[in-house]
Amino acid sequence: MKDPRTEPLWREEVSFREADEQYVARRQFGKFLALTSLGMFVGNLWILVRTRLRKRPRPAEKVIARADELPVRGMKLFAYPTPRDSCLLIRSDETTWVAYQQKCTHLSCAVIWRPSRDRLECPCHDGAFSVETGAVLQGPPPRPLPKVRLERRGSDLVALGIDRGEEGADGS
Amino acid sequence: MDREDDRAARRRRLTVIDGTSSLIAVLLIVQMWILTATLDAVLGGNDAAALPAAIASGLLFLVSALLARFVTRVERERR
Repeated sequence: MKDPRTEPLWREEVSFREADEQYVARRQFGKFLALTSLGMFVGNLWILVRTRLRKRPRPAEKVIARADELPVRGMKLFAYPTPRDSCLLIRSDETTWVAYQQKCTHLSCAVIWRPSRDRLECPCHDGAFSVETGAVLQGPPPRPLPKVRLERRGSDLVALGIDRGEEGADGS
Repeated sequence: MDREDDRAARRRRLTVIDGTSSLIAVLLIVQMWILTATLDAVLGGNDAAALPAAIASGLLFLVSALLARFVTRVERERR
């Protein structure tokens, strides 16, 4: 046993032997990784809590156009369910109307209707969506375009809610 | 001879600690992927992914914590 009075001060402050240094570094690294892992878990919990607390109000029904207002392969812009949610109404043939939210599911650029190619296109990154289903045909968008559910009531086309592909629905 | 044995045991312990730390790092990468994918899904309107993702992330954290504890225990055993 060494006399603490004769021990140099640095040895008291650095409490491990030089040969043990690598153990300490690895242990600290392991702790750091575990704490980062805890951070990831907390992040997932935060997302879970936010989704549980968030209440998506059922979108109100809204008359968006008259059925005879659009020619075949014609398009009309409208806002649904809020004035900030721009949507496209397309008459794909004599008896079929489809509507989608205009925001691309990649980076939220506005998609445009290309009747010559019979599809919806995002000009920012060359994404393309099917006009029949809103499914991704090409490019980087990860999800289909949210589809506006429509119903024809007499001469009016009524928006009933938003379908977000197979992943869930608002207002259904 | 004792010194040689001690050195070999030390090397073995360090290998165990390195392997365990690597495993924790892999689990952490999986957790990062889960977090990113969940955020992407939720922002896209798919709230259903949040619960299974949180459970999976929690399990991975549990395993990581146990492995980190194992590293500490192995390091203590040398004393």
